[in-house]
Order: sequence, then structure tokens, then C-alpha cells
Amino acid sequence: MSRSHIALAALLLILLALPAFVGAYALSVAALVLYFAYTGQAWNVMMGFAGQLSLGHSLYVGVGAYAAGAIFFHYGIGPWAGLWVAILLCVLLGVAIGFLAFRFGISGVYFALLTIAFAEFTRIGFDHLDWVGGPGGMFLRVAQRDTWDIANFRGPPLMYYYAILGLSSFAFILCYVLLKSKAGYYWQAIRENEEAAQALGINTFRWKVCAVALSSAMTAVAGVFFAFYYNNLFPEQIFNISRSIEIILGPIIGGLGTLFGPILGAAVLTLLSDGITELLAALGLEIPGVKQVFYGVVLLLVVMFLPNGIWPALAKKLRMESR
Amino acid sequence: MSLLRVVNVAKSFRGLRAVRAASFSVPQGDIYGLIGPNGAGKTTIFNIIAGVYTPDSGEIVFDGKRIQGLRPDQVCAAGIGRTFQIVKPFAGLSVLDNVIVGALHRSRSVSDARQIAISILERLNLAQKSTLPASSLTLPDRKRLEVARALATRPRLLLLDEVMAGLRPTECDQMIQVFRELNRADGLTILLIEHVMRAVMALAKHIGVLHHGEVIARGTPAEVVRDPAVLECYLGEETRV
Repeated sequence: MSRSHIALAALLLILLALPAFVGAYALSVAALVLYFAYTGQAWNVMMGFAGQLSLGHSLYVGVGAYAAGAIFFHYGIGPWAGLWVAILLCVLLGVAIGFLAFRFGISGVYFALLTIAFAEFTRIGFDHLDWVGGPGGMFLRVAQRDTWDIANFRGPPLMYYYAILGLSSFAFILCYVLLKSKAGYYWQAIRENEEAAQALGINTFRWKVCAVALSSAMTAVAGVFFAFYYNNLFPEQIFNISRSIEIILGPIIGGLGTLFGPILGAAVLTLLSDGITELLAALGLEIPGVKQVFYGVVLLLVVMFLPNGIWPALAKKLRMESR
Repeated sequence: MSLLRVVNVAKSFRGLRAVRAASFSVPQGDIYGLIGPNGAGKTTIFNIIAGVYTPDSGEIVFDGKRIQGLRPDQVCAAGIGRTFQIVKPFAGLSVLDNVIVGALHRSRSVSDARQIAISILERLNLAQKSTLPASSLTLPDRKRLEVARALATRPRLLLLDEVMAGLRPTECDQMIQVFRELNRADGLTILLIEHVMRAVMALAKHIGVLHHGEVIARGTPAEVVRDPAVLECYLGEETRV
């Protein structure tokens, strides 16, 4: 057991025991941290591992959320079935975007623009889709808050907390295994130098599409969680580009391409921004947009002083693997 | 028997004819040097063989199969490894991981690939640096890493694009030893493009001279340096006097 294994086990134990020690508000903040840790890890597969910049990951959150949400809303079928529809739709979308871009050699900034375009026109499309409520939104039935109805994924906040804890732990293990596998090596090679990767026999087109497919599938699951946790979905909000930015800030600040970076980044951002909001409220101040300014400042500081993110620097100090 | 045959290959870039009707063949087990003045079309031919460009006409036959028009990864899968003139290490990965990426293609598992990578690094005197990030290597080491990575794909033909350029004479001699050994002990066929004549003369068993996109002379090093056409293109016409 290395230091990092022990640290991870300790962290997991703390998170498992957390609900016993904190109140409802703190638990909801913790759930939010884990949600961004999960989506950050999903995005990190594409950008951090394979080097493909997506600025439109709200697309997969939104489509995943709407798919599972609509199936529940219209047919009363719970998310355990809806999940697969959500994953399937998002993978199809991701593969379509990847296919279009990579087949025609679109990469870098232009690929990022393409991902924004897809998220944006899907937003506009959902605004005109009456089946899911259009711009007026879709509202899922809010069930009793005290019983655990696992079949329909309705229950108290505690259930959602453990669900998102399970999801982000699963994502962590998946990423750990992937990075040590053939796929991880190939993705990193493509990220570092695509031409050299191809010269070493890697079908870069196929592996890039794989990265997009996996990342979109993981993000779709986050969307399903989102739908059943918040119970209301508006195209204007869920597909918004600011949602995509929120997803990517965690891994960028924590450490791109690392295993622990997305988790650390999500914790730093969510805890500090919530802390600032709380502090200002306590002081009786109300400053609109303070969260955005805060994100901007943190990003600026990290880019200036820790260009590889917080985790690689911290890991060095703690004598752990910088992964 | 020739392992690689380049037959009447031509390639133009927007009207500029970089290669016109170039033909040569590399026998199995040979070390073949392709030389020529700047702009002769050496790197273009190299990239056509490696699958980066599709030729406008002509054939590339490797081991009896036509390979022109294949993608670079398919050319690699066919058994041709290459290095880049401007080195392209996976800068963020360790030296060992760089070579593992190359070895994975013909390995069943990552641990198999690791074993192969370690033995190749030892062979190229890079074993002590295997845990360093590739970005920290000096130029000679980066060149060696290029070779190690290409060798890890276990090619039957190794394409070397100016792998000696920028090396000091002693470093150059070390590289020459490595290639000689690979050729002798493993039977690896090597096609090298090189400006450093010291290396070409020391290594190559056969040489092709490229000038204005055509192969104007072929033969052993001793034959080629006496060829009047070669002297003309390298030194100018006055030498005839």
C-alpha cells in the first residue's frame, strides 16, 4: 500500500461517514462537490487523457437528463431503464460529433467550437420540443422525501448523496484502470503528439471516437442523476454553455489528465464559492455575479502559479503519485 | 529479394513537382542510404512510404504487397517503423511510457509491452533515464528515443529520417554502432535519409542519389561517389574540368 492508497481509503471512509456528522445543507454541498467531481472526471477522459477539448459537455448532461426524465414523466418508467436510453442517445451524439470532426480533420479550437455548436442547437431544439415542455421546462413528480424508493430513484437527500458518491468512486476506479490499460497509453500518446502516435500504429481516428463515446456515456449518467435530484429541467439552463464551463473548471484547476485533479478541483471550487456566498450573506451583502468573478480569479491564479493544476503540485509536497 | 520497392513514384504539391518518377529498391537485410541535396525530395519520398502522403502515381511495394495510400498506422502495422526528422517525443510521458506505446501494438498486454520496452531501452543506452519525462531529455537522447519507439513496434524495415543531424561525431558513431548491430544481429533492414555523409558512408551498403525528384544514381558507396552525375549535382559542373 502506497501513501496514495491509504489517503484514498481514508477519504472514502470520511465521505461514507459524512452524513452522520453534518446537517442537510452541508450534505447538499457535499453532493454538489461529488457531482462536479463526477462530471469533471467524465470530461477529463476526453480532454485530460485523449487531448480532445469539449466545450459543450452540457449537451450530454442535458440529453441524458431529458431522456431519462421524459421516460419517467410520460410513462412512469424509472431511471434504471431510462439510464440506458440516456447513455445510448449520448453515445450516438458523441460518436456523430467525433465522426464528423475527426473524419474531416477538425481538431483543437475548431473541434471545441463544434462541440459548442452542437450543445447550442440542441438547446434551441429542446426549446421547441413541446413533448418535454419546451422553454417552460419539465417537472418530475416530487415524491415523499422520507422513503427510499430505489426502483424509481426517489428518496431523501441521503440517497442521492450515496448515489453520487458511488458514481464518482466508480468513475475514479474506471479512470485508474483505463490509464494503466492500452487505451490509456494510446489516448495519452494521441494527446501528446497525434502524428507520432499514428506512426506507432495507433488508429487515432478510432481511439479519439472511443474517448468521446466513453466521456459522453459517463456524462449522460450525470444527466440522469441531475434530472432526478433537481426534478426540474429547462433547456435554457441545462444546455447553457456556462454549465459546460462549470464542468471543465474542476479538472483544469485540479490538474488536467490526472486521476485526482477533477475531484480536488471540484472540491476547491464548490466549497470556496459556496463559502463566499455564505460569507457575503452573513455580512448582509448581495453582489450579483460574485460566483463568476470568483471562478475567474481562481482560474487566473491557478493558470499563473500552477499551470499544471493544484494536484500535481500538492502531490509532490505530499510525496504521492502526481496522477 | 527486395523488401521494399519504390516504382515510378511521383508527387506534386500545388504544381511543384517534389518527386517525379523516383524508383529504387531496398534488398532484404540491407542498409540503404538515400542522399541528395536540399529540396531533392528525400523527405517527400520518406513520407510517401510512411503513409503520410499518397503518391500521385507509382507504386510502393513492401514484402510483395502494395502499400501506397495506406494510413500511417496501417503502414506501421504492415511492418515499417519510422523516426521523425524533427523529433516528436510524447513530452509529458516518461521515456519508458513513450516506448511502451510503441510496443503495445504487437503485445498482448501492457506488462508484455513493458518488458519489450525495457529491453529496447537497454539496447539504446537509455535504461537509466527510463523514468524521466521525455521533455527533460537532451537532443541526442531524444533522437535515441525516436529510434527506440520505432523499434518497439518491431518493424521489418526501419525508416530513419536524418537521425544523425545535430549529433556530435562521437554520438554519431555510437548511433552507427547501434544500427550496425541491429542490422547484423536482428537482420533489420534500414532505409536512411541522411545529410551527414560520415554516417551514410559508414553505414550504407547501397546508396541512391536523389536529385530534382529523380534517382540519378544507385550503387555501393564507392561507386556512387565516383559517379559524374552525382559529383555534378553536389559540387557543380566545374568539377568536370
